[in-house]
Formats: sequence, C-alpha cells, structure tokens
Amino acid sequence: MTFGRLEFASLRIGQKLAVHYFAVAMVLFLAQMLFGLLAAWQFLDPAFLFGVLDFNVNRMVHINAMVVWMLYGFIGSIYWLVEDEAGVPLVGPRIAKAAFWVFTVAVTIVVVVYLFVQSGPGDAWTLWLINEGREYIEAPRWADIGIVVCMLAIFYNVAGTFLAGRWSGISGVLVLDLVALAGLYLAGMFYTTNLPMDQYWWWWVIHLWVEATWEVLVGCIMAWGLIKTLGARRRIVTTWLYIEVALMFGSGILGLGHHYFWIGTPEYWLGVGGFFSALEPIPLVAMVVHAVYDAGRHAFRANNHPALAWLIAHAFGNFLGAGVWGFMQTLPQINLYTHGTQWSSSHGHLAFFGAYVTIIVAMIYVAVQRLRGNVWMSAGLQGGWRWKWALGLTHLGMMGMTVALLIAGYEQSFVERAIGGSTWQAYFEGQTQPWFVEAMWWRMAFGVLMTFGVVLLLWDLVRIGVGEERPMKVVGGLDDVEETLSEPVVEGSAAV
Amino acid sequence: MVAEGADEPRREWWASEDFWRKCAIFVTGFMALVLVMLTFHTLTVIEAGSEAGRVPAYSVINYRIGFEFDEQRNFAVPVIGPPAPLFGEMLSEEEARRLVDHGKLTVQARNCMNCHTLLGNGAYYAPDLTKAWLDPGWGNEAAREILMTRFLDDPIANARTFGTGRRMPDPNLTEAELRGVIAYLKWMSAIDTNGFPHGFTPLPQGPLTGGGR
Repeated sequence: MTFGRLEFASLRIGQKLAVHYFAVAMVLFLAQMLFGLLAAWQFLDPAFLFGVLDFNVNRMVHINAMVVWMLYGFIGSIYWLVEDEAGVPLVGPRIAKAAFWVFTVAVTIVVVVYLFVQSGPGDAWTLWLINEGREYIEAPRWADIGIVVCMLAIFYNVAGTFLAGRWSGISGVLVLDLVALAGLYLAGMFYTTNLPMDQYWWWWVIHLWVEATWEVLVGCIMAWGLIKTLGARRRIVTTWLYIEVALMFGSGILGLGHHYFWIGTPEYWLGVGGFFSALEPIPLVAMVVHAVYDAGRHAFRANNHPALAWLIAHAFGNFLGAGVWGFMQTLPQINLYTHGTQWSSSHGHLAFFGAYVTIIVAMIYVAVQRLRGNVWMSAGLQGGWRWKWALGLTHLGMMGMTVALLIAGYEQSFVERAIGGSTWQAYFEGQTQPWFVEAMWWRMAFGVLMTFGVVLLLWDLVRIGVGEERPMKVVGGLDDVEETLSEPVVEGSAAV
Repeated sequence: MVAEGADEPRREWWASEDFWRKCAIFVTGFMALVLVMLTFHTLTVIEAGSEAGRVPAYSVINYRIGFEFDEQRNFAVPVIGPPAPLFGEMLSEEEARRLVDHGKLTVQARNCMNCHTLLGNGAYYAPDLTKAWLDPGWGNEAAREILMTRFLDDPIANARTFGTGRRMPDPNLTEAELRGVIAYLKWMSAIDTNGFPHGFTPLPQGPLTGGGR
C-alpha cells in the first residue's frame, strides 16, 4: 500500500461499491445546488427561463436530487462499513453491482424526463411514466418499483453479510431500520382521489423517513464513525445508540401527527402531534452530548480531522436544524400561522443539511482516507486549508440562507396570515413586502456562497491526501489520556 | 454492581447496554402500535363522505360552500349550503367523483404542487389552493366560474401578478381537464382543515341556509 495514491484495487468489494455510490451522490449534490440557484433566482426575476424551465421543474429537480443523493450517501456509507462490521466479505457482490447500475440508470432516465418532458396529460399514464406530482416523491411509478427492487438487493447484501459474519448492536439496529425504511416507501406508491387520504400516507413516507428512520440510520453511521475516527469504545457507543433509538422513535413516530393538523384529519392529532413532536429535539440533544463527550474524552485526537469536524457539525446541525428550527413551528398554535410559508423552507434547508449532508460528507472523508492508502489526515495536513474553507463556506452559506428564509417566513406569517387573512391578495402583499424581497436576495447571495463551498469540497475530496507520505494516526485505547481521568477505564465485555 | 473503589467499573442498571436495548425495542413497538391504531381510526374518519363529515362526498360540488366561524370549535369550518351546481349541472356521486378524480390527476400530472401548496403542503412560489374556490380574488359568485375558466385556459394573458411579476405557465389544459381541476378545487374547499388557513374570509356568496343537506 502506498500513501497518497489511489488504492482502489485494494479496497473491499463493498468499499468499491461505496466509492461508486459516493461519486454519484456528489454529482447529484452539485446538481441540487445548481437547480436550487435557478429556482432562487426565479424568485428575483420571474421571467428567467419562464416557459422553458419553470420554477416547478427546477424546484422538483432541486429536492429530488437531494433525496436521491442522500439515499446514495446512506447506501454508500452502509456498504463502506458492512464488511468491516460483519468481518466477512459481501455475500452477493454481483447483485449489489447490478443494483447500483440499475438504480443509477433509472435515476438518469427520471431526471432526463423531468427536464425534457416535464408534465403529461391528466391520466394514470403520466403518473406511471413521467411524474407523480407529489412533492419529494415525484418519481414516476415505474421508478418506484425499480427503487424497491434495488433496495431489496441492497437489503439482501447487508442482512446476508451480517448473517454470514457477526452481529453487533450497530448492525442489529441498522438492519431493522432498513426494513422499516424500505417498507415505508410502499406507503407512497398508490393513487387516490381523496386528498387527505393521499397526504396522510404521503407523510408516512416523508416524515417517517426523514424524522425517524433516516435519523436512526445516521445514528448507526455516527456510532461506527466515532469508533473509527476516535477509537471510541464500542460498549459506550452502542449504549448511546440504543438510547437514541428509544428517544427518536419514542418521539418521532407519533410526532408524525404534526403533519396532520390541517389536512382534514381529526382534531386529536393537534394534541398528539403537538406533544410528541415537541419532544423530538430530545434525542438530538442526546446525539450532541454523545458526540461531543466522546470527542472531548479522546481530547479530539482523531485520525481523520475533516471527518471528525463534519461529524461534530452533524451533531450540532442536526440539533439546530431539525431540533430547534423544527420545534419553533411544531406547536399547532404557532404552526397555524407558519404552515405553508418560507418558515418551513428555512427549517427544511437547515435540517437536511445539518442532519444528513454533514454526516454523509464525514463518511466520504473516511472513505477517501482509505482510498488514499490510510494516509495521515490529522493536524498539519497538506492542503488542509481546502477542507476547512469548504466546511466554513458551506456552513456560512447554509446559515445565511436559513436566516434569510426565516425572516421571509416571519414576515409572511405576519402579513399574509395574521393580518391579511390568508387570501391570495394577502399572499402577494406578503411576497412584495420589502423584508421578503430583501430576504430573497440574501438567500440568493448565501446560496452562491454555499455553492462555492460545495465546489471546493468536491475539489478537496478529489485532492486530499495526495502527496502525503505519513501513515494514518493511531487512535483509541485512551492510553494517552488515561492518566488524566479520575476513574479507571476497562474495555467493556459486551463489545463484539 | 461492585462496591465503590473496586477495580471493576460500576454498571448501574441505567448505564447498561441491555437495559437500553430492551427499552428501544419496547418504546418503538409501543409507539408503532399506537400509530397503527390511530391510523385505523383516522382512515375511517377521512373517507370521502363519511359520517364524521370532515372530508366531504364528491357530490358536494353540487352545493354552495361556505367557510364560517364555529363558536364551539373556535375556528372557521366549511359549511355546505343550498344547491349551486358546478357548471349548472347536478351530478351523481359517481359522476362527481370521476370529475374530481380527473382534476386531481391533472393537478398531479402538471406538477402544480411544486409552485403551489395544497392544504398548505407543497412549494411557496405561488398561493395556497386550499380555499382557491372561495378566494375573494374572483370577485363574486356569479363571475367566479367564468373567471376561473378563463384564467386556467390562458393564465399568461389573464395573469394577475400583484406586483410580483410571477405568472403561471400555461398548463395547456383540455376542456375536460379544466373542468376537472375546478371541480377538484371546489371539493377541496369543503374539507374541514381545523381552521386552516387562519383568518380567511370567502368571497361574497348567497345564503348558506335553506335547502342545504
């Protein structure tokens, strides 16, 4: 193994697949940024690309690229750790490879159809072939079926590999979570005339993915990541993972009710949804405590500084974006005014970034380090300015956009809802109010800033570790910090 | 558990892996069970035309629809008034369902939700459609159908951007699709949304009492 050169050939099969998934994920991340910029610009200049690439097309590609690249990031992360965690090679490498290509070709076709066909006649054929017209899960039905088949192939590989090898707390949670994640997607795969019925099941997919199963999935990745980058002890990490699962599902499953306030569903959802979703930040606090405690306990001695930085960013971003920004508008008394305003897009931006972008980027840094031959990625890294600037610019850009959208949302809730009485006239009064218009300019500016950050990030992922001659820093065992601790630390017997 | 000061680490029950694993399994199972039970109940309530009256039967498009403050519930709720058939035609429940269905398929096929919101869900580039049928922007009851038809037929020529410059792209609706979309919007305005959107006052209409269902 040489340092600083590409070591693709020496990777495990799952890791090679992971590199494929990560590469596609990053391409789609850039596409998400570009279509986001187009849509943001249309707020400022509505004539821009009017009738060619309308706002609804740009916005659909913006959010769909995000959902898909995050799935790619998760699948990549799982393939990256599965053989390491199970201790045996992947059980079905051919099926796994086929699933990757089928999935990728399907995604490409879907995007091409979105961009060039865009919409169709009002019949079932359009929903099957072009666009399902339901936010976040617009992918036509044929692609839904393709996604389910690919997920089954991935699930077979993950569960099969653990069955063939060894189980751990992390892998147990991971496999059960994948069952739920794949099963929930089925709830979004049908058509009904009844809009409340439609939206009821639609939220089963969106909410129970994003605010439950995805959160638990990143909890598993975080647990594994802390063991790898810090040498954190497995018993502690696994215990924390169980606590997080209990808190996350304990609050998040019924927290689903906060989407059932105004869609025609019964009034008890106001109470159920308001109460349980207000508890949703608690597991996110637990995650911050856990990550920061572990990092501090190990005196931040990590073998991969960029990965650890993005893991810590994940802990705080998840808490702030999903927790605080979600809590702000989750009580029905407040949500009555904020529902369907830019307030939601402010929350959406910071939550997806803080909870999911960060941890996937952290995993990609873990993968890149291995790809470069387990090269040194701790203090004094050559070209280390790149990852630091990428981290800074993406976070500054995202926070700027979030705050701009929040101001727009406040203004909209006030002018359109509280004063204007929610008519179309009131809507447009809100949209032309100077605070709103200025907020849209700031959102654009910070969006550009974040795009620079993402480009720098992609450049860094390709270049980091090149020319580095030092081997990876050895971490874990706590030997070097033990003497400063008051109580003796003994490796847990429960470790697998 | 070991005595203080011993070499073995202390393992209180609340710090044990096993306790939290059981806890995670129990909590997840319990919450999922509660959700499933609530779902069974909610699904019966939100059936179109069910007893609960939250989601109206599709034939509601044959009647005048209002949105009035309810003292008991302390927010505005849809009120079904006397007959006011859409396009002057009384439809059976099945005919109405087919018309609304065509409208919903069209709204999905033209990707309306990535500019507009429906029941507050969607994108924020264009106004919410929950009460589109009742919006005061249509002027009055008599003009509404004509204006809606004209607008949806050619939204660019009939654009009212209220100073934003945002126009709706022409969805190229067929006659049948257009009627379906309007029927869908009328039906949607009769869904009981717990008072959302807040503070909304509909356009001037005739009386809501007398001849209602």
